[in-house]
Amino acid sequence: MFLQQLINGLTIGSSYALVAVGYSMVFGVLELTNFAHSSVFMLGGYVAAVALRGGLPLWLAVLLSIGTCALFGMLTDRCALMPMRKRGASRVSYLIATIGISTFLQNLIMLVFGSEAIPFKEVFPRTKFSIGNATMSYLQVFTILLTLVLMAATSLLVYKTKIGASMRAIAQNQTAAKLMGVNTDLVITFTFLLGSALAAVAGIMFGMYYYSVDLQMGFTVGMKTFASAVLGGIGSLPGAVVGGFTIGVLESMFAGYVSSGFKDAVGFIVLIVVLLIRPAGLFGQKKISKV
Amino acid sequence: MKKGLSPKVRIIIFAVLLLAIVILPVYIKNQYIVRIATLCVMYSALALSLNLITGFMGQVSLGHAAFMGIGAYTSAILSDRFGWSFVPTMLCAVLVAAIFGILLGIPALKLSGSYLAIVTLGFCEVVRLTELNWMSLTRGPMGMTGIKKPLVFGIQIKSNGGYYWLALILLAIVLFFVMNISNSHVGRAIMSVREDEVAASAMGVNIRYYKVMTFTISAALAGMMGAFYAHYMRFIDPSAFNFEQSTSILSMVILGGLGGVPGSILGAVILSVLPELLRDLSSLRMLIYGLVIAVMMIFRPQGIMGRTTFAQILGIQKKHALNPEEATQLLGGEATPFDKEEVEA
Repeated sequence: MFLQQLINGLTIGSSYALVAVGYSMVFGVLELTNFAHSSVFMLGGYVAAVALRGGLPLWLAVLLSIGTCALFGMLTDRCALMPMRKRGASRVSYLIATIGISTFLQNLIMLVFGSEAIPFKEVFPRTKFSIGNATMSYLQVFTILLTLVLMAATSLLVYKTKIGASMRAIAQNQTAAKLMGVNTDLVITFTFLLGSALAAVAGIMFGMYYYSVDLQMGFTVGMKTFASAVLGGIGSLPGAVVGGFTIGVLESMFAGYVSSGFKDAVGFIVLIVVLLIRPAGLFGQKKISKV
Repeated sequence: MKKGLSPKVRIIIFAVLLLAIVILPVYIKNQYIVRIATLCVMYSALALSLNLITGFMGQVSLGHAAFMGIGAYTSAILSDRFGWSFVPTMLCAVLVAAIFGILLGIPALKLSGSYLAIVTLGFCEVVRLTELNWMSLTRGPMGMTGIKKPLVFGIQIKSNGGYYWLALILLAIVLFFVMNISNSHVGRAIMSVREDEVAASAMGVNIRYYKVMTFTISAALAGMMGAFYAHYMRFIDPSAFNFEQSTSILSMVILGGLGGVPGSILGAVILSVLPELLRDLSSLRMLIYGLVIAVMMIFRPQGIMGRTTFAQILGIQKKHALNPEEATQLLGGEATPFDKEEVEA
């Protein structure tokens, strides 16, 4: 049973990791928790599920889903956050604005796609093979591998390319980056776009794994993925991945050994413990507030 | 708004309005309107209690519905199992909600901004999950039905008018707390936390003490309104106290104005009446709330009324409570903080 829960945990943890990376990147550049991020994850799952139900091929459904989410992420920044940046809004205003956008998007999804769960068409063979006394499907293998590949690609982008360097520069000091000739608005919008695209992939994987998408998925996953980002150290990419897998496994173990009714609370408990004991997380750097 | 009127006239208008509000069930016979008015009063009280945390202290709390739920369940269970009357069950609801307020206030000590928002959101969810899964106590998803009508000091409340007056009395209690806090040294300490936490603590404000205190008072007041909600609706289930409810209350505070007492009431009234006016669009309710929050933050973060106080509306604020423009006018200066030429020279 332990091995089985570990495999299940890693699979679900890979979705969490992809969403957590989005939180972490946006927090890195803006020091803002984008509450709308988990709704974008839900949007990704819904668009793909509806497209597949409508008979589109898998690759088109995936592209459509990623495109919609990336567009929404971009619009979030351009229409809401950029005007606020220009005005020099307080941090609380940003936070509240993303809460509003999140509520808006969730209810828009409910209005457009209905309030019932939408089945996710089976597109991947669910052939299973056994490891010891546990079984693992090829879908699970694929999910975990895809996550690792995407994470490697994102890391390359952030640490090896010019736009990645700009992102890291903004994370350190936005004004200084601007003075050095970095087009901060463009880079911030790009960060939103990238994070949202990854969230879309996570949403699709989540839908595939659970056979359906529903209106609760954004909310519950939002909490857990934020906990993942904080556990790994918010702003750190490897941290977000490790955090995502850890939360996935912990939750799976909790559901298996303790109680499944409260498994959604695991992320929250981890979050509280991390914030109280080591607020910087596993890979984060401690910040000192100056006046 | 009523710029040209003298304070005397304003006070008279205000008194007439107040009277009209208090005796509303006497002259309005349409029970539907009285029920909506009761909801307006209830949400005003809830918005005011949240405004203490979000408006005055500048911390975003998404767990307000949880306190309301804790109060509602405490009161409903006590009256159901032990047959207590409304006043003792309400006091217990206040007490239990306050204890949970302290519990949430303690992790909140170390946190602010996004972290605090997420922790309160998680708290809301954990409380809802507990209400949902603790079947023997709360009857879980079936909810509690047939909650007794309130008996207040021997008076049995039966009519819609009675509920309305009970809600008004509770709103008066909330107003008493919130206005006294905002006009005292406690309120100024809380507001200094909003302006700059580090600077406030450097000036000797005990941040931990005031944070826990604000959370506790706010939670207690929300618990009180939760008790009212339980006995008014006479049916409660966990879905009434979820994140959506928290967001609704938050949107009322934001629409009216963060950190202002009349603003919260205005916001609560608008957002309680609006879904009723747009009956056909009732499925759009949360969509509108979300849009209100985002649009207000983008275009008018201070809300409709900002931090306007009742005293300012009535034109009777004390001399030391000047706003910056009036202060600069009194000093004979221009209403700009910096003189450009001086800086250059």
